[in-house]
Amino acid sequence: MNNKLIIKPLTGAAAVSEAMRQIDPDVVAAYPITPQTDIVMKFSQFVNDGKVTTEFVPVESEHSAMSACVGASAAGARAMTATASAGLALMWEILYIAASNRLPIVMPVVNRALSAPINIHCDHSDTMGARDSGWIQIYCESAQEAYDNVIAAMRIAEHEKIMLPVMVCQDGFITSHAMERVDILEDDKVKQFVGELNLPFPLLDTDNPVTYGPLDLFDYYFEHKRQQSEAISHVFEVTDKIYNEFEKISGRKYNRVETYEMEDAETAIVALNSTIGTAKDVVDTLRQKGEKVGLLFPRMFRPFPAEEIAEILARLSAVAVLDRSETFSGTGGPMLADIKSALYEKENKPVILNYIYGLGGREINPAHIEQVFSDLKEVQKGNEVEKLTYLGVRE
Amino acid sequence: MKLNIKDLPKIPERLGPGHRLCSGCGAPIVAKMVLMGTKDPVVVTNATGCLEVATTIFPYTAWKTPFIHSAFENSASTAAGVEAAYQSLKRKGKVKEEVKILAIGGDGGTYDIGLQALSGALERGHDFVYLCYDNGAYMNTGIQRSGATPRGSSTTTSPAGEAVPGKQQFPKDLTAICAAHKVPYVAQGAISNWKDLITKASKAFAVKGPAVLNVLSPCPPGWKHADDLAVEISEIAVNSKIWPLYEIENGQWKITYRPRENKIRPVEDWIKMQGRFRHLSRKENHHIIDEIQQWADENWDRLEKMEKATSNQGDSEEKQK
Amino acid sequence: MSEKGWKDLAAGGKITEPGNAAQYKTGDWRTFIPDVDREKCINCLFCYLYCPDMAIEVKEDSTLGEIKLDYCKGCGICSSVCPVKCIEMKKEEK
Ligand SMILES: Cc1ncc(C[n+]2csc(CCOP(=O)(O)OP(=O)(O)O)c2C)c(N)n1
Ligand code: SF4
Ligand code: SF4
Ligand code: SF4
Ligand SMILES: [Mg+2]
Repeated sequence: MNNKLIIKPLTGAAAVSEAMRQIDPDVVAAYPITPQTDIVMKFSQFVNDGKVTTEFVPVESEHSAMSACVGASAAGARAMTATASAGLALMWEILYIAASNRLPIVMPVVNRALSAPINIHCDHSDTMGARDSGWIQIYCESAQEAYDNVIAAMRIAEHEKIMLPVMVCQDGFITSHAMERVDILEDDKVKQFVGELNLPFPLLDTDNPVTYGPLDLFDYYFEHKRQQSEAISHVFEVTDKIYNEFEKISGRKYNRVETYEMEDAETAIVALNSTIGTAKDVVDTLRQKGEKVGLLFPRMFRPFPAEEIAEILARLSAVAVLDRSETFSGTGGPMLADIKSALYEKENKPVILNYIYGLGGREINPAHIEQVFSDLKEVQKGNEVEKLTYLGVRE
Repeated sequence: MKLNIKDLPKIPERLGPGHRLCSGCGAPIVAKMVLMGTKDPVVVTNATGCLEVATTIFPYTAWKTPFIHSAFENSASTAAGVEAAYQSLKRKGKVKEEVKILAIGGDGGTYDIGLQALSGALERGHDFVYLCYDNGAYMNTGIQRSGATPRGSSTTTSPAGEAVPGKQQFPKDLTAICAAHKVPYVAQGAISNWKDLITKASKAFAVKGPAVLNVLSPCPPGWKHADDLAVEISEIAVNSKIWPLYEIENGQWKITYRPRENKIRPVEDWIKMQGRFRHLSRKENHHIIDEIQQWADENWDRLEKMEKATSNQGDSEEKQK
Repeated sequence: MSEKGWKDLAAGGKITEPGNAAQYKTGDWRTFIPDVDREKCINCLFCYLYCPDMAIEVKEDSTLGEIKLDYCKGCGICSSVCPVKCIEMKKEEK
């Protein structure tokens, strides 16, 4: 590998805008919202400094941002946007339209709590709410991961077997605003990696007029949804292939399911994004004390790599699922439901504890993670432990 | 440019037969006439509503030109995306020909739920034409009131009842709202005046930047008139000045058709043609007809004033005095 | 058209055959049928211009062509706009 090392100190937001600069999409339509603002602002600067060839549409709302991306992508352009929280919520209706029309739009999302009360800090209620919209969801622990995955996502989205939009999520402020050393690829490498776009049936091929978005009633709607499920069923194989290719140009290997110290682990925490980073340090410390603990990070959350996760977790005696959002279903967080159902077919199932934590940016520190591991240890000893804990809330 | 009806069949037909709009619907007439305003290929975006629904029932499409429907409120922002893609791909040499972009919405999709997206697209200056076919209610969902519904009109959400005789409010002035964006071209048209309408469409397609056409679109079941009346009812709307024909070209207001004295009709004639106003013939509701007449007259007076105030000629006349 | 299964449809609900609604015949909606007196017709083409169903053809020489009864819904607009009143709407015998 003859990779020239370019290391830059970048925030998560800046790293993503750097990836967008290198992808140089045909169209970016975006609207500012904290903590995503740094992405649009930096990208606007690239546009006005002539660093990209992108047509930038500074829309009047996120609803229009996603609508313009739908129009641009259907027209045959590579289209991107970025958002957070209320912005994602406002896009809601059009998220489904983007996925259902099979438009490979890539959207970095900076996770932020949803109102009310209004809060600008990190939790995952925004993207968790969109988990069944038909978008592929990739979660990222760090600025480096966000940078890399935005580039890889472009290829996954545009793969002929997939043709679905992708959200690449990072934690608001914790990742988006923290400075990190980020290893940046050479511009040409990224350009080559993402390649030329040739979408099928572009609106701008006016010699072959296509109708997008017809009225589709009981006689065909179901077939079109079945097609979408089929595309989703190819996401894992395609993602593996593209992550392999990405490793060749970057030296960095990504997996749909990331594990940390799981080979001989007896208990583990399942979490997303930056919490994984915090938990790694705790695992290191506990490992030094001889405790067989590990971490599992479902990098790809939609589609959900259930089989692979079940395979890994079924061997354990106890697992803690950390959810940074509430479903208000009365049964725990959103990831809990998926993890539990993944394990249903397994003969040996671990005891599963659920922790709802970090809502509205409430700090999650090593002491919290230690508490979770110590709860898991109690389970191992056969002691009763609360199944659902609101971690870090004041009683 | 001289418009000759004999040349129109030579313009490619973009909206074909086999659509399922009601018999006698004005919307396809509006769409076909506006599309006669250019010979270039056109990409159409269409908001949810009668025209979109009835022309694209899967697996059939009546459109012979590239077409996208996304949602109810985003025809303009979808068109903005298409236009951005066009500019970008054209710059890169991936699209070579001249392509026009036409965003269509009903009055619900334009006056109401899509107004923000339209305003944004106009302000940003995308090179596209926006067409509102105004049938004065949410027809597709069963004739509910919109911001375009005329005062006094009975709709399913402003029904003529024992206590309230139909819609209480006058319609908002969409054409003026669009003109307030200071875009190069805004016009109001009607199918009865086909030369006027197609000329306006040609101007709208020809200008660089956004253009808006607001066109009256009769709806037999919604307005409750016979199936063969779309053209006549448009004509009387124009001649009664309830739907004046005018344009705002680079800030200059111009009434493009002045009904001759012998053609001018009271709005009551227009109202009487339509079942949605039937309750207004009751004595206690007569004042509403008078109010509508007054509203139309005032609107016309304002147009006259705007025309004077913004015409270059008017300026020089002022100076001569 | 026989109804296709999901494997045979273009992805995402796209319709790739422009204007294929022509295969859908709306002529059977009709109660009244336009009857043109070709002798009286002055070929002004207003009926073509105003037909909401694109059911009126114009010939190469810019004269009035056929009325495509496959699509004509019988609205009577053609008849009402005809300046010489040479289109009569007649109750259709079915
Ligand atoms: C967000 C949203 N709200 C409501 C609807 C339901 N809806 C579909 S079409 C329509 C009315 C359309 O009215 P208009 O734009 O005037 O077009 P018309 O049907 O009258 O031609 C409504 C309310 C919708 N599709 N989407
Ligand atoms: S309800 Fe009105 S607008 Fe809708 S198709 Fe029928 S006539 Fe046209
Ligand atoms: S009756 Fe209506 S649909 Fe039939 S040809 Fe005349 S205008 Fe067209
Ligand atoms: S409107 Fe009447 S006169 Fe004109 S072309 Fe049609 S049938 Fe002939
Ligand atoms: Mg309407």
